[in-house]
Amino acid sequence: MTHIPILSLLTFLPLAGALFILSIRGEEGVVARNARHVALWTSMINFALSLYIWINFNPATADYQFVEFAVWMPSLNINYKMGVDGISMLFVMLTTLLTPICVLASWESIQVRVKEFMIAFLVLETFMIGMFCAMDMVVFYIFFEAVLIPMFLIIGVWGGPRRVYASFKFFLYTLLGSVLMLLAIMAMYFDSGSTDILSLTQHRFSVDLQIWLWLAFFASFAVKIPMWPVHTWLPDAHVEAPTAGSVILAAVLLKFGGYGLLRFSLPMFPEASVMFTPLIYTLSVIAVIYTSLVALAQEDMKKLIAYSSVAHMGFVTIGAFTLTVQGIEGSIYQMLAHGVVSAALFLIVGVVYDRIHSRNIADYGGLVHKMPSYALIFMLFMLASVGLPGTAGFVGEFLVLVGVFQVNTWVAALAATGLVLGAAYMLYLYRRVIFGTLTKESLTAIKDMGLREKVVFAPLVILVLWMGIYPAPFLDVMHVSVENMITQIETALQAGQAVSVAGQ
Amino acid sequence: MTTLAELPNIVPALPELFLALVIMALMMLGVFHKTGGLEDVKASRLISLLCVIALLLAIMLVSALSGNRLMTFSDMFVSDTFAVYCKVLVLTGSALAIVLAYGFQERHDMARFEYAILIVFATLGMMMMISANDLISLYVGLELQSLSLYVIAAFQRDDTRSTEAGLKYFVLGAVASGMLLYGASLIYGFTGTTNFDQLAGLFNGHGGDTVSIGVIFGIVFIIAGLAFKVSAVPFHMWTPDVYEGAPTPVTAFFSVAPKIAALALFIRVMVGPFGGLVEHWQQIVIFISIASMLLGAFAAINQRNIKRLMAYSSIGHVGYALIGLAAGGEAGVRSVLIYLAIYLFMNIGVFACILCMRRDGSMVEGIGDLAGMSRTHPMLALGLGIFMFSMAGIPPFAGFFGKLYIFLAAIEAKMYGLAVIGVLSSVVAAFYYIRIVQIVYFQELDEPLDKPTGPELGIVIAATGVFVAFFFVYPTPILSAATAAAAALFAG
Repeated sequence: MTHIPILSLLTFLPLAGALFILSIRGEEGVVARNARHVALWTSMINFALSLYIWINFNPATADYQFVEFAVWMPSLNINYKMGVDGISMLFVMLTTLLTPICVLASWESIQVRVKEFMIAFLVLETFMIGMFCAMDMVVFYIFFEAVLIPMFLIIGVWGGPRRVYASFKFFLYTLLGSVLMLLAIMAMYFDSGSTDILSLTQHRFSVDLQIWLWLAFFASFAVKIPMWPVHTWLPDAHVEAPTAGSVILAAVLLKFGGYGLLRFSLPMFPEASVMFTPLIYTLSVIAVIYTSLVALAQEDMKKLIAYSSVAHMGFVTIGAFTLTVQGIEGSIYQMLAHGVVSAALFLIVGVVYDRIHSRNIADYGGLVHKMPSYALIFMLFMLASVGLPGTAGFVGEFLVLVGVFQVNTWVAALAATGLVLGAAYMLYLYRRVIFGTLTKESLTAIKDMGLREKVVFAPLVILVLWMGIYPAPFLDVMHVSVENMITQIETALQAGQAVSVAGQ
Repeated sequence: MTTLAELPNIVPALPELFLALVIMALMMLGVFHKTGGLEDVKASRLISLLCVIALLLAIMLVSALSGNRLMTFSDMFVSDTFAVYCKVLVLTGSALAIVLAYGFQERHDMARFEYAILIVFATLGMMMMISANDLISLYVGLELQSLSLYVIAAFQRDDTRSTEAGLKYFVLGAVASGMLLYGASLIYGFTGTTNFDQLAGLFNGHGGDTVSIGVIFGIVFIIAGLAFKVSAVPFHMWTPDVYEGAPTPVTAFFSVAPKIAALALFIRVMVGPFGGLVEHWQQIVIFISIASMLLGAFAAINQRNIKRLMAYSSIGHVGYALIGLAAGGEAGVRSVLIYLAIYLFMNIGVFACILCMRRDGSMVEGIGDLAGMSRTHPMLALGLGIFMFSMAGIPPFAGFFGKLYIFLAAIEAKMYGLAVIGVLSSVVAAFYYIRIVQIVYFQELDEPLDKPTGPELGIVIAATGVFVAFFFVYPTPILSAATAAAAALFAG
């Protein structure tokens, strides 16, 4: 199809930008300004490149597209292989869209060590895109874990007062999960003789082995998603991270877990996945209800949104394990929608944090009088988070519930209560921050959003409405890949049953 | 190659003979050089430079021997691809250690020409260890190495910590050598031979069960002696004190070259002569591997002195390397060899950074002294950050690949428990590595460190840093070299 290594270009262009920023010398102010511009332009060009993929992507096939191959470690049969299908392509788009937005959002709020911040951010983009494009388990793992380094630095250097605690917790929690996955990858390598994702999907692992492998992968992905009860690093990391860090953390890093479950756990270990479905349902329902209740009691805006993320990711895991087309598409859609909505919500918190330097809900109230356009944008994303029809959040949650209703009505009913609770905590948050009379002394001089801030929100507003009103373009892209995946899983399950019947 | 029938074939030992002659010549040069004040410094500079050149020449000589298995001196000395690989690593480590000491010596009143010569002496011993094919040549090589190391540890004569380190190292090292020698004599007593090939033939045909208990005792004593030399738990006690007390360039040297040599020897002895008794020694190696990893991970958490911290870290790294030996087979040995190469560059890089930690002209060693370094020394901080993440085994840095191959070997050998303990202890160890990153990057400026003096440290940090950071781009050369080396060990 194409001979330009477009995916490698997409992956390593930000790294080149980062190396370029590294070489900038001179006076601190000048360096900061140049670093910002280089980072913005690099990420914009990268977004333009990713549009090329979006346009040239063929949604009629479930095959990987834009595949690249290079021999890397021939003696071990581990190779550098990149490619995207209907599932990963959307996440690549999400990443390339959000990076320039984050750079723009940090334009003024990051004032110290701007150069290092922009380097860390571009390196982070490289790792994130590489992770979604990787078609070899070892390459995947390298990107997957390498993300920890820039994120650790972003939280730790530019974070809030408890940033050291938060960054260590983030780093060690996720590392602990992923090292077990590394061992599982090795075990798979020796069982099948390859680390190529395609051939691993075709390989049949014995059921006993599947259980162990599934658990090892789950250890990693459950922390990343994060699922209850290993979600506790997330509120800390979100609260302490700078705005752009929170945005990328919520919008892209949390998707690693869901993406991993869909890409590896389900197609590679189908029997084990079916076996552990009750566990997933239980943990997800607890996550949806429990974290929604916790969110209701939060005093800190970022913490509230962080807990709401855990609840929303509960829908993602429920949907993925229904093994129905609606459920899995809903789960992917929910991830994309959450990527846009939670990114916007953290940016919304960032807007007022830049002005008042407080995230406490109690420090606000009556902002609608001073910041009308802020209130409007906040309302839109608040409603999208609640799942109002016509916004992106609705489509994902609806599809997930349709999917799970076919499989298990109890889970559907319990998950639906999460929607009610979600509406409760978000509306409550909105009322306390935006409505009421403006009595606080510190808020009297607050200014509405400036042009730069509006530009930051513009693409997100468009996207959240587009995804809510006309979801077909996104669903079409993933549809064939999802159906293909479900067929594969069902064939594998039937083959497994046939073997066990024959054995009796 | 044709030689006179009466003379042993000296070709396999050519690099060693070359180094021995160089040492003698340089000693003469040092002795007859003018003495006093500035002249001492000049002599030490000149001889350091010549020693580095000699070591580089030796690398070329060694490389020329690659590919064949040559024996000489009544089969007591062997040169195979395995030996070539390990010797290149050792020679590189020694050369870098001399470079690291270049400026340090003058600033700390250590500028005596014997320093570089002693390092080359120790290197010669290590090369003989690596090439030993007999328990006697093993012991002779080991002692040549150890005696030189005892002297270098105490090289800063007027410093009580340094002399204490030398003395401690000497007393404990002598005990370990004694144990090793006792083990060797037990082996000789129960088998009647000290030659590795004959021992291997004896045990391979023997089957596991019928072997005499005396031989098992002998192996245990030999393992104890070797475990001391590689500072594996439970024979690690000397390591933190010696690392802390010895002058920093010496510590850098200790942490790489002798360790690589001793591990190479460990592998050769276990796989070669005692390869047939693998079920007898494997559990011992597994135990010391697990114990070293856990101790290295947990004991370093509370350290405030960076050299002590690096001592525990090196204990942990030996634990990982021993996983590869425990896993056995070609894959296991190959993984150890790759690990050692990566470990060499990482460690030299870290110690180059430590040597840059100076305030008001004197060395500082507390990890708290690194606070705010990212502001005043951004490139140094970047280098140290890369080394620390690499030590913790975080991709995409080289340290990750070292661990990757080790754990691949362990999984291939179906040692799941060992692998799980290994990765979990690497998470614990990650804590103290990233704490250094935290101090460097997150904490605010305390009191700035001095500007780096002399270009040699910067060059070493840059070179090792680039190696560690970009190893992933093209890992094939080291991979295939290690594969060939491991294959040679099993072919022989």
